[in-house]
Amino acid sequence: MSVRIEKVDLPGIGTRHDVITTEGRRLGVISHRSGDREIAMFDQGDPDSCSDSIHLSDDEAIALSEVLGTSLMLGQFSHLGDKTTGLFTEQIILPANSPFAGKTLGDTKARTRTKASIVAILRGSEVVPSPAPQDGLEAGDIIVAVGTKQGLEALSSLLCDDKP
Amino acid sequence: MHSLAILLIEVGALLVLLGFLSRLATKVGVSAIPLYLVLGLVVGGSGILVEGESTEFLEIGSELGVILLLVMLGLEYSASELVTNLKSSRAAGIVDLVANGAPGFAIGMLLGWGVVASVALAGITYVSSSGVIAKVLRDLGRLGNRETPTILSILVIEDLVMAFYLPVLSVLLLGAGLVQGGITLGISLLAVVAILIMALRFGDHISKLFSAEHPESLLLGVLGLTLLVAGIAQQVNVSSAVGAFLVGIALSGQVAARAEKLLSPLRDLFAAAFFLFFGLSTHAPDIVPMILPALALALVSMGTKVWSGYLAAKWAGIGVLGRWRSGLTLTARGEFSIVIAGLAVGAGAQPLLAPLATAYVLLTVMIGPLVARIPETTWFKNWALKQ
Repeated sequence: MSVRIEKVDLPGIGTRHDVITTEGRRLGVISHRSGDREIAMFDQGDPDSCSDSIHLSDDEAIALSEVLGTSLMLGQFSHLGDKTTGLFTEQIILPANSPFAGKTLGDTKARTRTKASIVAILRGSEVVPSPAPQDGLEAGDIIVAVGTKQGLEALSSLLCDDKP
Repeated sequence: MHSLAILLIEVGALLVLLGFLSRLATKVGVSAIPLYLVLGLVVGGSGILVEGESTEFLEIGSELGVILLLVMLGLEYSASELVTNLKSSRAAGIVDLVANGAPGFAIGMLLGWGVVASVALAGITYVSSSGVIAKVLRDLGRLGNRETPTILSILVIEDLVMAFYLPVLSVLLLGAGLVQGGITLGISLLAVVAILIMALRFGDHISKLFSAEHPESLLLGVLGLTLLVAGIAQQVNVSSAVGAFLVGIALSGQVAARAEKLLSPLRDLFAAAFFLFFGLSTHAPDIVPMILPALALALVSMGTKVWSGYLAAKWAGIGVLGRWRSGLTLTARGEFSIVIAGLAVGAGAQPLLAPLATAYVLLTVMIGPLVARIPETTWFKNWALKQ
């Protein structure tokens, strides 16, 4: 399926790409020359103006694009989630300030500590299925985990809080 | 006291004050230019400065300030951006030029200042402040808006028009006869076109002279080339500012991006010196009789700017609210109006141009960002949509 994207030059500032969704909404991505990005949501009442714009740093833009780009793959994982069994899947993006960025999976002792199990690591277009304890973790990795609600919450705070 | 000691004390104290003013401006969210001008007026009027020493230094600094302002402007745009914008928004650019040059020219003639000063005044009312407007667009979160490219392309065209307007003004200011003036003008415009074509065709090769990898050599090299070309341009009456602008256009890619970063602290320093010096050399009491003409000029020329901006957005297929937004955003005049006034007064045109330009820029640069906010209000939206 083709998607309509319009490119507009902003002399002195950078460029803007507009995506028009099938619902008719318009979403703009402003790329500043400095490398900063901005996402602009166009107003429905006045389609020329944006109702809000969100500033993203380089890292945030990359992380967001990875989430959007891998959503199809993650959708397949989430079929596991079945309310009757009480088992859920979750995708956690490893933040740059995580104590485990640059460490290995084994260092997290995640399974012992939280009872949640990490079933895959997504890094860009690369997938590490059933990662082993010696596999490395990097900031921006998407960690796919299976567990109970409490287990997943504990895992998320273990990985994302900057205090170990 | 030793003259070097006086120079250091005076310049140092002024820079400290400028630093505080810049911080204040950032805190309040306004442009620092009017504050620098006012500081210059106050210090100049008080007569604290010892004759000669630091004013000479600031004068050279202010010349460098103009050159750096223009080279940075050129670095911001690539040659191809200039050409595409010129093609796509030509009609809007012409309306902008005529509608906003006319009030300045008319008031100059009404005041009986003669054709040359009136042409200078036309330039002062024509150019919007790209610095102030870009800041307003950022502050109001309008970079994503659909009318923003229209606003920016008008600013680009205005800057390109400056490359031809400044040489014309320089020749007029020389006051040579019709034939002699015509020849000088011909030579200078030919030089502008030649450099512009060279920038378009061989910009890549010129950029290759420098390496983006070595910050120090890049800074020295680009600054050197800018001053060299500015000096040559000055010699053939093209005005040093235009020479600097064309160097900025010619550089592209990585080299331009890095040079922009390296030169911007220098630009901040010397541009501040320029605005300060302009205030210093303006006779403060002259401003009082110029307040009314400046106010009239500000009201009329802000009105014409709104109209030309509205029209430009309309032609670009923007809705009613967006048209008002572009018109009202473009009203602020700033750095280049002062550059034109400085050039004219420096060449011995009507001395009252300086106080008039000061009062005019102070008014528009303060009111402009305020009126740019009007389209955000509910009552304005309702009113505009009813029309």
